[in-house]
Amino acid sequence: MLYLLRRLAGFALTLLIAALVIFVLLDLLPGDPARFILGINASADALAALRLQMGLDIPAPARFGNWVWSMLQGDFGVSHTQRAPVAKLIAERMAVTLPLSVFAMAISMAVGLPLGILAARHRGKPLDTALMVMAQGGVAVPNFWFGMLLTLLFAVTLRWLPPGGFTPWYEDGWLALRGLVLPSLALALPQAAILARVMRTALVDVAGQDFIRTARAKGMTYGEAIWRHGVRNALLPVLTILGLQFAYLIAGTIIVENVFYLPGLGRLIFTAISERDLVLVRSATMVLVLAVSATMLVVDLTYALVDPRLRERRA
Amino acid sequence: MRATKSLALAMAGLLLATGLACAQSTEIRIGVALEPPALDPTAGAAEAIDVVVYQNIFEGLTRIDQTGAVQPGLATAWTITEDGLSYRFTLAQGVTFHDGTSFDAEDVKFTFERLLADDSVNAQKALYQSIAAVTVIDPQTVEITLSRPDGLFLFNLGRGDAVIVAPESADNNANEPIGTGPFAFVQWDRGSRVILEQYGPYWGEKPALTKASYVFISDTATMTNALLAGDIDGTNNFAPEALAVFEGNPQFKVLVGSTEGETILATNNARAPFDTLAVRQAMAHAINRHDIIEGATYGYGVPIGSHFAPHHPYYVDLTETYPFDLDAAKTLLAGAGYPEGFSATLKLPPVAYARLSGQIIASEFAKIGVRLELINMEWAQWLEDVFANKDFDLTIISHVEPFDIGIYANPDYYFGYDNPEVQALNETLNATTDEAQRKVLAQQIQIIIAKDAVNGYLFELAQTGVWNAKLEGMWQNAPIEGVVLHDIHWVE
Repeated sequence: MLYLLRRLAGFALTLLIAALVIFVLLDLLPGDPARFILGINASADALAALRLQMGLDIPAPARFGNWVWSMLQGDFGVSHTQRAPVAKLIAERMAVTLPLSVFAMAISMAVGLPLGILAARHRGKPLDTALMVMAQGGVAVPNFWFGMLLTLLFAVTLRWLPPGGFTPWYEDGWLALRGLVLPSLALALPQAAILARVMRTALVDVAGQDFIRTARAKGMTYGEAIWRHGVRNALLPVLTILGLQFAYLIAGTIIVENVFYLPGLGRLIFTAISERDLVLVRSATMVLVLAVSATMLVVDLTYALVDPRLRERRA
Repeated sequence: MRATKSLALAMAGLLLATGLACAQSTEIRIGVALEPPALDPTAGAAEAIDVVVYQNIFEGLTRIDQTGAVQPGLATAWTITEDGLSYRFTLAQGVTFHDGTSFDAEDVKFTFERLLADDSVNAQKALYQSIAAVTVIDPQTVEITLSRPDGLFLFNLGRGDAVIVAPESADNNANEPIGTGPFAFVQWDRGSRVILEQYGPYWGEKPALTKASYVFISDTATMTNALLAGDIDGTNNFAPEALAVFEGNPQFKVLVGSTEGETILATNNARAPFDTLAVRQAMAHAINRHDIIEGATYGYGVPIGSHFAPHHPYYVDLTETYPFDLDAAKTLLAGAGYPEGFSATLKLPPVAYARLSGQIIASEFAKIGVRLELINMEWAQWLEDVFANKDFDLTIISHVEPFDIGIYANPDYYFGYDNPEVQALNETLNATTDEAQRKVLAQQIQIIIAKDAVNGYLFELAQTGVWNAKLEGMWQNAPIEGVVLHDIHWVE
């Protein structure tokens, strides 16, 4: 219980510090949002009118206070350049980013974990070497490039799948799903390669431990011992990596989004930064901080589930 | 018997299939690199807004055609008083906005009062400052009086910034644009596309297309794939380095046209050493337009020698004012007191033509001893540093406004050129409505600024569109920002 409370307090503090850092950094960023919107022929009075509309005349500490207070009430503000509620803009992008991240995660786990286990079982044998060379390749291939190759093969040459773009779920769920196949694959490959390597290393470590030898001494085959006692113990480092990977997928898919012109969260934030849409950048970044911190919290709590020792030691 | 039957069936199937293939499509999907931040052309400068809405969703009193000429729009005719101060417009009949409300002279009055109000956020408000009053004569007639004659007034009325909006819908145009044009807004899936549909009750001649989607694809390789895969039917202005893929392909056509973008090496005339004429002349002699055009635009730009579009009837070719001559450049620099040259910064906005031209110019200037430090910037930072605070030595930028030579008459403009002679000429030009006289005045200004080497004049940006070979009616040139859908149609 104490473990849980301590984690939650850390979570809240992280959010507050992140909010402050984001606000200060964005305020220091050179560039005037009003001038960006109105361009180089804007007259001085039109610029002044727009700054007033955006509330840029209010002093910074008051703006910070207003922002945090509105967010606590669930109000994320209205985007400067898009003139639409930020919450709506983010929700629209989440409809792409969230399924994309989940699919990519699922594919990378389905591919990476079994390969890692297989490699560990055949440690030092040709199969292990072959798998690890492949994994090394997978880590080294940039995902945007892999995405372009996928497009060339499946969209331009074979025409099985669309080269990119996204049909909204409400319009045609099947088309929406098809649009996510290639980007999920492009995202999943390097992740799967990393997972396979981590899984293999963790299992190999565990395999050398006393309790595996004891299990073997009791008559279990090597495979049985690894499966019953090894995998669960090897999951701890794997979980850490999974948490990091999910956070990366939510926040860091912008390059793949560009390759497949998907309306995801990464592109929303990237555009908003270049347009100096401060309200949108701030609030969207906060949502990301929230998502990443929440993922880490869940990972921490899952540790406790997987490893009873953690529960007892920390409580 | 069975064989004949299946053969007949197969034939029927084949006929059906060809019949379907022949049915003419009336839909189009256009790829564009930049997504508009909002869809209200009267409250933002982004070209991406006009690409979607100009002459499609919204119309003005006049409209600009693909040669850059002024044509009747919502005003079907007009008369101008002798002194050039009063314009009486006859408005089109039977016009409705897409929400069903009717259009009349009150909407015109509302539009211009909103544009000129104190809290107006129109990006081109300054262009309409000559308007003194807008008077409704009757629902079909409106009179606009000016405080001074304005030779560009009718052209400016045809810009996206002056489209007619309705009091009922104007405030929501950013997200749900309501105009009088041939296409009505249907939906905007942010981050991916905007969909327009033909507006049934449109007052003018019906367009051929029934539906148009603008798909936002910022990556050049991705746009290439989307074109090749048939996911989009064309794009109005594609990166020149990717055109080679389509030029030899019979399924596509590449349309190369002109734009209003004079690309210049903008020079801070108010800062030493650029306040010395000989230094600017030396730099002009060190600019190799041929190399820059080849390197930065893959050969698609047109060389310019002054700040004027080569396709315009008033244009004079001044590219030989300071021919590429490194020896002449060195002599001029030595004469100005810089025998060893000098160091300066070159701030570059995030567009390919600027970044590439910058590298070429830096290597050319190095040959005359002018050492340039290249500084890459984002747009917002460039606008702040270079444009607003004038904190720069040199920069490269394309001035895309049509007929914008007037910026040389503004001593407060970012490049800091202060010449009373140009200012007087420009004032006369603005107040002159006679074409022949306007031409003489505009040419005089072109010659003076070329001789003064105010900025380094590099090239006119080209518009390079890639379209499905079966599409016709697209604008080859871009005399104004926009992708006008009205005449686009499919042919067999």
